[in-house]
Amino acid sequence: MTLTPSSLIVLSLVLPLVVFVLIGLFGKLANLRDGLTLILSSVLFYVVCCLADGVFAGGRPELSLGDMLPGFSIAFSIEPLGMVFALVASGLWIVTTVYAIGYMRSHREHHQTRFFACFAMAIFAALAAAFSANLFTLFVAYELMTISTYPLVTHHGTEKAKLGGRTYLGVLLFTSIAFFMMAIGWTWSVAHTLDFQLGGILREACQSGEIQNWQLMLLLALFAFGIGKAALMPFHRWLPAAMVAPTPVSALLHAVAVVKVGVFSVLKIAIYVFGIDLIRETSISDWLAYTAGFTILLASLVAMTKDNLKARLAYSTVSQLAYITLGAALATPASVMGSGMHIVMHAVGKITLFFCAGAIYVATHKTDISDMRGLGRAMPLTMGAFFIASISIIGLPPGGGAWSKWFLALGTVETSHYFLLAVLMISSLLNIAYLLPIPIRSFMKPKTGETLPFKEAPMMCVLPLCLTAIGTLVLFFVADALYLALLPITEVVK
Amino acid sequence: MDIDMVLGLYNYWIVIVLMMTGFYIVIARGNLIKTVIGLNVFQISVFLLYITMGRVDGGTAPILHETASADQAYSNPLPSVLILTAIVVGVATTALALALIVRIREDYGTIEEDEILILDRES
Amino acid sequence: MIEHLPVLTIAVPLIAAPLCVFLLNRTLVYLFALAVCWATFGMSILLLDQVLESGPISYELGSWPAPYGIEYVVDYFSAFVMLFVSGIGAVVLTYAPQSLNDEINPSKHYMVYPMYLLCMTGLLGICITGDLFNVFVFLEISSLSSYALISLGRSRRAPLAAFQYLVMGTIGATFLLIGIGLLYQLTGTLNMADMAMQLADDHDSRTTLVAFAFMTVGLSIKMAVFPLHTWLPNAYTFAPSVVTGFIAATATKVSVYAFIRIVFGIFTPQFAFDEHALDTFLVVFSLIGIFVASVAAIYQGNLKRMLAYSSIAQVGYMLLGVSMHNLDGLTGGIVHMFNHAIIKGGLFLVVGCFALRLQSVRLEDLSGAAKTMPLTALAWVLGGLGLIGVPLTAGFISKWLLLTAALENGYYLVAALMLASSLLAVVYVWRVVEILYFSEPSEAAKSAREAPWSMLLPTYALILAILVFGVWTTYSAGLASEAASSLLGGTP
Repeated sequence: MTLTPSSLIVLSLVLPLVVFVLIGLFGKLANLRDGLTLILSSVLFYVVCCLADGVFAGGRPELSLGDMLPGFSIAFSIEPLGMVFALVASGLWIVTTVYAIGYMRSHREHHQTRFFACFAMAIFAALAAAFSANLFTLFVAYELMTISTYPLVTHHGTEKAKLGGRTYLGVLLFTSIAFFMMAIGWTWSVAHTLDFQLGGILREACQSGEIQNWQLMLLLALFAFGIGKAALMPFHRWLPAAMVAPTPVSALLHAVAVVKVGVFSVLKIAIYVFGIDLIRETSISDWLAYTAGFTILLASLVAMTKDNLKARLAYSTVSQLAYITLGAALATPASVMGSGMHIVMHAVGKITLFFCAGAIYVATHKTDISDMRGLGRAMPLTMGAFFIASISIIGLPPGGGAWSKWFLALGTVETSHYFLLAVLMISSLLNIAYLLPIPIRSFMKPKTGETLPFKEAPMMCVLPLCLTAIGTLVLFFVADALYLALLPITEVVK
Repeated sequence: MDIDMVLGLYNYWIVIVLMMTGFYIVIARGNLIKTVIGLNVFQISVFLLYITMGRVDGGTAPILHETASADQAYSNPLPSVLILTAIVVGVATTALALALIVRIREDYGTIEEDEILILDRES
Repeated sequence: MIEHLPVLTIAVPLIAAPLCVFLLNRTLVYLFALAVCWATFGMSILLLDQVLESGPISYELGSWPAPYGIEYVVDYFSAFVMLFVSGIGAVVLTYAPQSLNDEINPSKHYMVYPMYLLCMTGLLGICITGDLFNVFVFLEISSLSSYALISLGRSRRAPLAAFQYLVMGTIGATFLLIGIGLLYQLTGTLNMADMAMQLADDHDSRTTLVAFAFMTVGLSIKMAVFPLHTWLPNAYTFAPSVVTGFIAATATKVSVYAFIRIVFGIFTPQFAFDEHALDTFLVVFSLIGIFVASVAAIYQGNLKRMLAYSSIAQVGYMLLGVSMHNLDGLTGGIVHMFNHAIIKGGLFLVVGCFALRLQSVRLEDLSGAAKTMPLTALAWVLGGLGLIGVPLTAGFISKWLLLTAALENGYYLVAALMLASSLLAVVYVWRVVEILYFSEPSEAAKSAREAPWSMLLPTYALILAILVFGVWTTYSAGLASEAASSLLGGTP
């Protein structure tokens, strides 16, 4: 069976929608519903892989659904960065589905149908964002993501869920409508196009003086803060607030899909709207680099104070996302490469950590780190995976995260931002301080002296987290493939 | 502005006085019936405005008559026709307003706006 | 037959209205009125089809040639507005019987339908006529019938609300009448196109300016522009749900239509915007209105009143679009008339469903209603997203057009304020969503049942239209753009 690349795009976008509809239709039949989700998500991953083959070989498949408004079309065009992101999102969807089935069933959660349906919608939004060919499409997908994940965040329907959901929706909608949309409109009014192009679309307007440097800087700020999903301080509050959601949601959405749509958008805009040369020549992004550096440190420090495991992971995510923004702000080929790789490395690592947090909760109903001493003896697989993933997040070999941090560090040196290099180093130390004690102490003797009996979470929870933990190690060794795949985005267009 | 002009615009002065009187009654009076009367005065001033503008100097009623000379000027009949329509609208408005006042009085037992508002606040 | 379509679209509901009174049977009256409404909708579609095929239609009433006789003009703009006015009229009437049974004494039903038809006739007439005095007459037909409809509300405050509306409305209409009179005095014609030609070299006279001022203020009352909006909240709150649904979706929009016609069709943008800075006034009052009304909406405890204040804010967006007087802006303003009509119509129908099942539209009685009325609550969420202007809903389309138009004009501050103000909509829409989904069910909500299908289906027809026209804009933004370019191009 051979399909043209553009029909593959259609297929990969339609599949999540089909899942959405099927889940709605077969909501009452839990086994059929979950089985279908599993099968179709695997098919989706296969389709995305087929697409990736072509894209990494240099193809740029395109698809236009026509104008939504005169001049503003919904169009898709796949470039390597989006392809990598789509691979991560669709691949981890399978794993998360397995995990979610185990988690939701052992918790006897209500509204499982709504849960899985919204999940599929969020994946659709992630793929649409990844494949988007212009800012308009990206924005539409971005907002769809916000709306479709709101029911997931407030899944429990409690007062706490309501407040968390309020912060979530408030911050994300506020930033996107007040800043992001404004920035897109402004870009349109000076560049007269919204299509992503390697080398950017603003250079001409910049040279003709239609937009001054300080305005360019303001535009970048509107984008950087407008994309609230990138969780740049001070607009990061939604991410910890979203932790009221069930753990599979935190795992896939708030470690992978939602936040990665944010940083992916920042990166994509830096590369394809501004152009990294333009950013470097005009040095409009120095402040952004320092804001990101500040976020990295501060979020790590806050993470250390959190005793709730999910909260600590949330702040860790805020800090790690700022790495990616930092790479975009430095705008050198190496730093952009580092950012692109970090999207993958962090996704696989952080999803493992969240899976572990969920598994611990399923097995023991513990959420606080201070209660987890000695837990490793009861849950060796979970805690082992936690350890491996922590290594990757910290950036130590043989975790995949080592590579992305290496490239980011290279970027700081290239641009002589030695202060930021120091930030990266200190941050790694902080990562060690807030992540590693958790697995290490869990293998120590419990304070009370009694050893807990061996009690892992259900198979369907443990298997996915083992897989992703191994994934972080594999990524360390196949990083060159990722490097080659991402190389085109670092090209400098003169 | 000489005396001829002031007198020549006599109709328009009356229109303005009536219009402002009516408008003032509508704004200032709390009694619903008086509000309706003010509204009527206000509308009637506009009727006068139309009829005034239809009048042509030295013109007669616009009826073709065999004894009339060829250069006989006629008043413009169209504003009068328009104003007939507007009068009908005005009557309908008044009728509806009065009907509403009857309903209000049935429900509240008063037609003073401030008393009605007090009653509403109490309930 | 087909060449008489323009007049039939007006005549059929106009003649049907008094006939309704003679059909004494309640069901019969309803079916008759329903058939007339859908037939009118059908005729509007045919009219639009004709316009799309062969350009604007001019129809001379009684074969008296314009400018002496009354001329009906169907162009892109009027056909577009007529289409959604009659469409919403038909959908809302389909929804009506059960809600009316609940809210209005059955003995008065035979009065509701004729008045409803008359109101629709008036609104359609304003759109179709090319004669300025006719605009006044049709405006009064629609206004008088809407005063009567509003007074039928269940609360004893309904007649008072209707009376207040009547006083304000009559002042507005009389102002319009003064303006028309002055223009007639100046030009000797009532035909709008003819008038525009006569006026072209008479822009400096004070009479023109006075006429313009009277008409602007008069229509501003009917459009409920801040600060002339005071009649609107009470009227919408105390009217029966069905009436609110229809009037809120159509009446203010048709006034905006008349305003656009007068500004662009008679006075020309040069006169209004370049010589007399109407745009500055519109921008200032629209923005103040948007902020004040949106904040007021946030603090309302009554769902209907909340939506009423939101309507005042939304009219501000339409006028913002008009004040941009470039193609994108005018398109945005016009398409927002359509988008807001389906959004607000849909939301008021949702409110009607709640009113039927919970016997109240106060927020505290709505709490937890999503558990017993899931479909109605979902409709609120979807409509609310449209009101906020989230992508893939109709509201986004208009907001996007207005944004790009503002930036094109270099109105950066206006663009920023417009976006900021739309965040206020998030607050008042989501406040209700949280109450519906997260609060402990109230006594009324616990015992409530899902709204009947006869009401849910029309509601969802409008709600789904919001989603459809958020993606597929050929017949919303496309037509609005045609209308805007002919309005802008038709002026010298």
